[in-house]
Formats: sequence, structure tokens, C-alpha cells
Amino acid sequence: MKKQISYWKEFSKGLWEINPTFKQVLGMCPTLAVTVSAINGVAMALATTFVLIFSSMLISTIRKLVPSQVRIAAYIVIIATFVTIADFVMKAKFPELSKALGPFVPLIVVNCVILGRAEAFASKNNPLRSLLDALGNGTGFLIALTLMGSIRELLGNRTIFGYQLLPESFQPLLIMILPAGAFITLGLMMGLANIYMNKKKKSEIDSVISKYKESKATFEESKA
Amino acid sequence: MELLIIFISAAIVNNFVLSLFLGICPFIGVSNKISSSLSMGMATTFVMVITAVVSWILYFKILLPYNLKFLQIPSFILVIASLVQFVEMVIKKVSQPIYRSLGIFLPLITTNCAILGLALLLSMRNYSFWESIFFGLGAGAGFTMALVIMAGIREELEMADVPEAFKGAPITLITAGLLALAFMGFAGMI
Repeated sequence: MKKQISYWKEFSKGLWEINPTFKQVLGMCPTLAVTVSAINGVAMALATTFVLIFSSMLISTIRKLVPSQVRIAAYIVIIATFVTIADFVMKAKFPELSKALGPFVPLIVVNCVILGRAEAFASKNNPLRSLLDALGNGTGFLIALTLMGSIRELLGNRTIFGYQLLPESFQPLLIMILPAGAFITLGLMMGLANIYMNKKKKSEIDSVISKYKESKATFEESKA
Repeated sequence: MELLIIFISAAIVNNFVLSLFLGICPFIGVSNKISSSLSMGMATTFVMVITAVVSWILYFKILLPYNLKFLQIPSFILVIASLVQFVEMVIKKVSQPIYRSLGIFLPLITTNCAILGLALLLSMRNYSFWESIFFGLGAGAGFTMALVIMAGIREELEMADVPEAFKGAPITLITAGLLALAFMGFAGMI
């Protein structure tokens, strides 16, 4: 039996280590399409997280009852049910947001993040761990979408969440709120994330090397 | 004329990949070689047209008359999944060469959001039967076009000196951004 990782780790790995957007490169369509403004990104991410949490828990609960041949179909029906709930709630409570997100709320059903977590995690772990994993991945998705939405809204419209942050003299970059801006922003963000990761990896390797050299020096000293 | 406008609008002006962001996963995942992206595009177009027909019948002849609109999402996804499976079996039986060139892409298509997006959009926009078919054709053509253009660029990109951190997905996304910019030129056409 392999060692169980802590509950905190189960949650926090979704934030950065396996961040759905930056690391797993899953769920690209909503990430690109709805992040015209920060509020749209947040709404989309919350709806996705809702579906992710409940479908992960349910799938994990019934994981031993479903024959493996029909598991994907079963998962999809479960996910579709929760997506329908999310869609109807949004239509009733936030009609404007629902209109702005268009077909992307029903399209949560084919968001690979959800089926990916169901297949890779919830089908093998107990409901509590699945809940934490879903929460972590959902939060990671939320961070990515909020960041994307904020950057695009700030540069394309001078505002974040509707609050004006840049002065009137700043000429809005119209491209940022057009489709092309979405691709370019995400590409640059992923590239920057990679640069940061590479640096971190390099410094880790460096610290290991310096430790090795140190221990070698002390060893040789003791020998002498 | 109306049908032609729907076709061109779906294929070029509101290109599924570059302006509606549907089907980004295969767009990034499969667009490595021109030949495979052409096969993928053709398989997708094929499924799109069939999906347009079936989901139109399902939505306007079954779900709406019997007031079952709340079943839209689960029923669409189930119908599409079983449809893709069925198409795969038929192709396998009828023609081996076509199966060999399209077969491996068919399972991937089930989770392609462009297909479900197509079904949802045509129900949202209240298209008629023929309009739906042309919408599916146009969407497929646009998807194929975007995929093949992207594959062409990426084949050249292999030789380019891309900074280490930007290799893979980041540079592909930036390239797609430039491509989307070019497609914006069609915006005033219709």
C-alpha cells in the first residue's frame, strides 16, 4: 500500500503543481472564451467548480458500483445532471451573466478538467479526498480564470471587476478583449509560468549541488 | 442565399476555433502534421453534419413538443456519444481505408466541445432543418481550415528557435492569436 499523502496536499496540489490551466492544459475553451472580463471568468470558474465538486463526490461514492466498461458514460450523465442544475440556477438568478457566458455554461459538460479529475482521481479515491481534490482543482481553475479576466479587462477596458484602475489617458488595447487577445494572453502567461518553474527547478538543483559539495568538503576535512 | 450566408459565417467570419473558441483541445493537440489534421478535420466535419441533423430532430421534434427542455444537455451528450460510436462501427464495416484514416480520431471527437457547441448553438438560434445542416457543414469546414493552417505553421515552427519556456503549448497559443487576428479581417464581410 502506497503512502497516503496528507489532506492539505490533496487540496493544494491543484492550486499550482497540477493547475488545470497552466500544467494540465485542460479546459482551454472556456478559459479563452469567457475571460473578456474578470467577473465572467469568476462566474465561469465558480460554475465549473460547483459541477466538479459534486460530480467528483458522487462519482467517488459510486465508484465500486459502476462496471468499468460503462464508467465513462455513467460519469458523463452525472456531470450533465449537475451542469443542468448549474445552468438553470444561473439562468434564474443571474440572467445577465448567463447570457454573457452563452453556450459555455452547458459546455461545462465537455470540459476536460471535470472528466479528467473523475477518471484520474475520483474513480480511485474516497469521497473526502475527491472533494479536496475537486476543491483544489476548482480553485486553481478559478485563479487562472480570474487572472486571465483581470489582465484582459484591465488592458482592454481600463477596469477590473468594473472598477476603473487605469487613468483615462491610457488608450485601451482593443485587441485584448477580442479573440486574438485571449490566445496571446494565455500563451504569454503559460510561457511566464514555465520560466518561473524552470528557474525554481534550477535553484533546487543548485542547492542540492552546493549541499553535496559542502558534505564532500566536511568529509574530506574529517579524513584529513 | 440565406443558407450560403450561414455556411460562410460559420466557416470564416465566426470561425468555430478562432473566434468562438470551440474545439481548442484538438486544435492544439492534433495540429502537428498537415496530413493528420486534415483527417481529423474531415472526421469532425462528418460527425458535425450528422450531429446537426440528429440534434435538430431531437430538440425541435422531441424535447420541445414534450416540454423536456431540461433534458437537453444529458440527451445531447448521450446522443452524440452513441452517434460517434455508431459512425465508427459503420465505417469499419463499410470501408477499411476510410476507417484507417479517420478511425483513430473518432473517439476523440466525442469530447470535442465544437460538436456539442454546434448542437447547442443551433437550438439557441432556432435554425430550420436545412439551416442546421449548412451550419454544420460550415462549422466543419472552418474547423478543418483552421486546423490545417495551424498544422502548416507548426511544421515550420519545428525549425524555429523558440525560447525554452515557450516551447509547446505557449507558442502554439500565441501563433493561434496571430491567426485569429488575421481572421478578424473577414469580420465586416457579412
